[in-house]
Amino acid sequence: MNKHHRVPSNRTLSSVEVKSKFGAEFRRFSLDRSKPGRFDEFYGLLQHVHRIPNVDLLVGYADVHGDLLPINNNDNYHKAISVASPLLRLFLQRKEEADYSAFGTDSLTRPKKTVLAAVLLRPDANRKKPPVIISLPRDFRPVSSIIDVDILPETHRRVRLYKHGQEKPLGFYIRDGSSVRVTPQGLEKVPGIFISRMVPGGLAESTGLLAVNDEVLEVNGIEVQGKSLDQVTDMMIANSHNLIVTVKPANQRNNIIRSSGGGGGAASGSSGRSSDSGASFYGYFTPGAAIVTTPAHIIQNFHPEELESDEDDEDLVIEADGEALPIPRAASASCSMPSLPRYEPHLNLRSTANGDLASSTGSLSTVSTPDRGLEGRSLEEDGTLITL
Amino acid sequence: MKRFRRHGQESQRERIKQELYGFNKTVEHGFPHQPSALGFSPGLQLLAIGTRSGAIKLYGGPGVEFMGLHDENAAVTQVHFLPHQVELVTLLDDNSLHMWTLRAHHGVSELLEIGRFTLTGPPGAPPSVTRVTAVLAHSSGDLLLLGTEGGHVFIVKVPGFRELEERNISLEKVTNSVPEEYGGRRSLEHVESLQENPVNPRQVLIGYGRGLMVIWDLDSQSAVKHIPATQQLESVWWTEDGGHVLSSHSDGSYCRWKVAGDDPQSEQEKSEVPYGHFPCKAISKIIQLPTEQGPPFLFLSGGMPRASYGDRHCISVIHSKTHVALDFTSRIIDFFVIRDGPDHTGEPSALVVLVEEELVVIDLQTEGWPVIQTPYLVPLHCSAITCSHHVSAIPLKLWERVLSAGTLQNTHYSKKPWPMTGGQNLAPDPPQRDLLLTGHEDGTVRFWDASGVCLYPMYKLSTAGVFLTDSDPNDNLNQGTEGEWPPFRKVGCFDPYSDDPRLGIQKIHLCKYSGYLTVAGTAGQILVLELNDEAAEQTVEATVADLLQGQEGFRWKGHTRLEVREEPVTFPPGFQPFALVQCQPPAVVTALTLHSEWKLVTFGTSHGFGLYDYQQKNNVLVRCTLNPSDQLAMEGPLSRVKSIKKSLRQSFRRIRRSRVSLRKHHVNNAAKLQQANARLEAELAEMELAPVQRKIEPRSPDDSFTGLVRTLYFADTFLSDSSHNTPSLWAGTNGGSVFAYQLRLPPVERRGEDPVTAHPAKEIQLMHRAPVVGILVLDGHGSPLPEPLEVAHDLARSPDMQGSHSLLVISEEQFKVFTLPKVSSKMKLKLTAIDGSRVRRVGVAWFGSTRTDDYGESGLTVLTNQGDLHVVSLPGVKLQVQYPCIRREDVSGIASCVFTKHGQGFYLISPSEFERFSLSARCVVEPRSLVEVSSETPSTTQPRALPDGASVERRNSTRDGAAVLQEIQKSLEVDQTTFLENGTSALAGGNVLSN
Repeated sequence: MNKHHRVPSNRTLSSVEVKSKFGAEFRRFSLDRSKPGRFDEFYGLLQHVHRIPNVDLLVGYADVHGDLLPINNNDNYHKAISVASPLLRLFLQRKEEADYSAFGTDSLTRPKKTVLAAVLLRPDANRKKPPVIISLPRDFRPVSSIIDVDILPETHRRVRLYKHGQEKPLGFYIRDGSSVRVTPQGLEKVPGIFISRMVPGGLAESTGLLAVNDEVLEVNGIEVQGKSLDQVTDMMIANSHNLIVTVKPANQRNNIIRSSGGGGGAASGSSGRSSDSGASFYGYFTPGAAIVTTPAHIIQNFHPEELESDEDDEDLVIEADGEALPIPRAASASCSMPSLPRYEPHLNLRSTANGDLASSTGSLSTVSTPDRGLEGRSLEEDGTLITL
Repeated sequence: MKRFRRHGQESQRERIKQELYGFNKTVEHGFPHQPSALGFSPGLQLLAIGTRSGAIKLYGGPGVEFMGLHDENAAVTQVHFLPHQVELVTLLDDNSLHMWTLRAHHGVSELLEIGRFTLTGPPGAPPSVTRVTAVLAHSSGDLLLLGTEGGHVFIVKVPGFRELEERNISLEKVTNSVPEEYGGRRSLEHVESLQENPVNPRQVLIGYGRGLMVIWDLDSQSAVKHIPATQQLESVWWTEDGGHVLSSHSDGSYCRWKVAGDDPQSEQEKSEVPYGHFPCKAISKIIQLPTEQGPPFLFLSGGMPRASYGDRHCISVIHSKTHVALDFTSRIIDFFVIRDGPDHTGEPSALVVLVEEELVVIDLQTEGWPVIQTPYLVPLHCSAITCSHHVSAIPLKLWERVLSAGTLQNTHYSKKPWPMTGGQNLAPDPPQRDLLLTGHEDGTVRFWDASGVCLYPMYKLSTAGVFLTDSDPNDNLNQGTEGEWPPFRKVGCFDPYSDDPRLGIQKIHLCKYSGYLTVAGTAGQILVLELNDEAAEQTVEATVADLLQGQEGFRWKGHTRLEVREEPVTFPPGFQPFALVQCQPPAVVTALTLHSEWKLVTFGTSHGFGLYDYQQKNNVLVRCTLNPSDQLAMEGPLSRVKSIKKSLRQSFRRIRRSRVSLRKHHVNNAAKLQQANARLEAELAEMELAPVQRKIEPRSPDDSFTGLVRTLYFADTFLSDSSHNTPSLWAGTNGGSVFAYQLRLPPVERRGEDPVTAHPAKEIQLMHRAPVVGILVLDGHGSPLPEPLEVAHDLARSPDMQGSHSLLVISEEQFKVFTLPKVSSKMKLKLTAIDGSRVRRVGVAWFGSTRTDDYGESGLTVLTNQGDLHVVSLPGVKLQVQYPCIRREDVSGIASCVFTKHGQGFYLISPSEFERFSLSARCVVEPRSLVEVSSETPSTTQPRALPDGASVERRNSTRDGAAVLQEIQKSLEVDQTTFLENGTSALAGGNVLSN
């Protein structure tokens, strides 16, 4: 299809000719192919050449197949530059009025629908079936996930609830109780913390991952054994912006069954397979959204940037002139224990938490490269925790 | 990963930590909660108090204190010292006997339990046979006679507790040796009293509950004489010459019996009901002591006419024509009399009475029998403690002025020195003068010398005079009327009934350099006071601070504002109020800070905070922090101001009044215990049925009391630009907000005229919304900014204004450091997210190293809701050490904790006792004293401090200023023996600063 757009050019291949369209206006400029720079610089350049400095933009480009693909990070920006031959055609839209349906890899399958058609022709009112509005994967915000399936015993479930700033209440209650454990001395009744009630319509209930009478074993990687109900309550509330609870579900029939080669796969998400509760994982936000991306039902590892973003750090500062700013993070690293799940759930975390910067940076790097080495350790430790 | 860390550094840090931090609970100040037994050793000059919780405390001269705790959680019912020894025996509620000794170890005595014993009767015998009711430590020092409920007397060899079965005095032996008409027909009942003949240690008097007394010869093992009293026996006293026996009875009578002569039956010389005609209560204890010339002293406890004065707690002292019924504030536990002379056989010099809430000592040798002020065991709770404030290192000048103001208040006390002189106080002088201020429910602030082991009362400030209250001014005048019978005289200071709960003190701040004090109370009143050595008459001007600032929809349902006296009030020398701010609505003041250099006071309530200029006497700033949707804060608590002093007092007494005589209390206790246990079990079962639930929900801005101001802080720092430091005010709320104001102060010469202004500079909303409990600015070196005037007095290094300052915000959940002037998060320490504990109390302290004098670190001392103490380093905010300190169920103990600037702290272990603890390895105040048996003469005991504080004065007045510190420092290095000899140890508080 790109032959339609072929532009005769006598310029050298080292530069990329860019034709950028915003609304009815076109701008033309060129970029150095070998040194494209970063996306945010590019984005700034676009705002500059269109003279729209304060408009949030959705940047799309036409690839060789005529598909309209987004440019919103360094990777796809570099990809776009590398595949432009030689003209890079950009389509800018205001973010708030963006037509997401124009994007997608399936535009080939839509008969006779070119990129231009997709962008220029607004979906008109008399179209029979309005297309499903699907936003970009990165625009999704997860609300819950099961994590660490590969390192936890099958009887346990580690659930992450993303509270963020949303209105929905977390919506559950906990109570004291007792559970039976296998110890070297035989069966023993030990006190434990249990989920006692779910608030209808709350985040906890809507995920379907937690249920009444599930025993709470850990909160954000810290064992609750030996802690009072009030302590556990305070821990959960302190972590409520990004709560990770490890539970032993009262109903053990919906457990994740680990595949035989379990734990081998990296971030592919293929190592865990849900038996029947898959629908509930993403069910909450948009039914039918599963086609957007390879549905990583089970997120195994966190991206470092994701961890950074979920910090509760953004205290609000209002300066004398009345403008509210979230507090930027200062250069030095946070010394506290990052609020991320620990892969050594049964080790003494207090010492780690109290440790100095060295240990904390150590744990940070542990996170960015998922530490398989620790897995063995935690599996050994599981012995003390397996319950009936 | 940890494995690869450098071990050298780690262990180096560990070593430094050991040199800086160490946790010790060092001494308990105040009055033991629920005392149940009293003992006294004339030879050692020590008194012992046992409590219902099983504690045993020994006190000698000021600073000589020992404490022990029985493993059993049973009440101590009796304490007896073994004559001429350092051992003592305690009898517990569970019928076990315990032997304690004072063992010298490294030159310091320690109280140790060395044996325990329970009487075992013959198989099959009922428990009453061996239930001990009376104990006599025989003067030989190695025999213990134990009278039991079954009427038997067991003889036990001590200290090993070996039963001498063949010498036991069984009830049968006794009944066989007295005439039929006394012995046989009816049971003699339990052994009420055992007394040794003062002139013949072979003879012992056994008093039985029904009234019969038998004099038993231990050698011949036979009854020598019997005394045929017919009334229920309460107590027995054998006069010193051995010629007479006094017995007191349950009908309020006492009898004198002649026991000299050979007649096997003693005759009654005298029988009297001192408060007679109408039925009287029992005389529970009787003592008669001779005087050199003239009539003896007679002491009777109880015996009041049942109907009219049955609710009084009285001890009658009768000497010649003088007859006084000392009327105590609470139930009498026991009493004894101290006598003069090297052998403690001379004139009675002091009457020591232990009542349930205080220890009262009456000087019997001064006209009018005045009270001697106690150097320890002071009832901290004479009115309930509502807050406390500690000020370290008081300048000498202020110290002396407070002392002299206090001395003027204590003119009614006896001038005699404290009569208890046992033991040697080996503690060195404290390195500095520390004040502990306690605020009380009745609107008083008490100043305590907290430098050493003895928490000594210095001065009492009353704020009630500023206000019109419904207290009855005639209340204190209706006593001592001429010719009243019985001749009551009120003694003691325990008075827990508050005239008006609104007077209660909630916050205190004292500037030790300027002598300005500010106190704030329950009804939103803030008083600013100045130390004045003269009495002065003034009118206190009130300024109202409207904290609502026009907030709509508000209805305050709480108490009303206190009414201020319009007419001028005469204030005695001491702290005199000169300015008053009244918050509107009159909610309890929750935060208070004074800046004496800027002459500003800031205060906060659940509605907002204000800034008051006490030089110009006007409000500089009022800021409402209220969330309009917060109904609870809007309405305030329900009014509780309905109590009337008298009716309260009477209803309390009615409850306490009981006709059950003491004798039966063993049985009652057991029954009560069973009942309580049953109730507890039922409660537990109920709990199982309906478990407690906790909601897991992040805090929201609409939660209750988010606007409550928790902390206020003044700082001279870089608030808006990094080149100019300015005065600033910081406020932190319950909802995790921090407000910062930039202050503009006029130049000093125009300070009286030009207004002080405050401009909002910053607001920070912590995302985790936990209550902000502390705000601190760290200077360029990372050290906390010094206190106002501290630098001006050359007592602190001036803060580093070159490097950039940082702001430390302490919330209940996190410690967070921000950069200044641009507020951005620098580092933080999470507490709650990691172990579920929350910060309850926080203080800044300097920890000196034990190794070198010149090394030290600043740190935060933190108490959590779990009762754990932490030290958090500054400026790095890292946890250093953690110690469990208070039970987490002890909420009031945790709430009462106050930290000192040198790593010590105090918290209430009962309404009347402060536990002192130390987190610092260098700064430890603990008793160090030695008690030895005096071989010949009691010369080990030397005259000690004058309890009126004169000795403190003497010590201080001889030196001045900075020389004091130097000299103390020097004396610390000097050999301890020479140090003791130079007499400086004669200090009203025996004190230790161990190196």
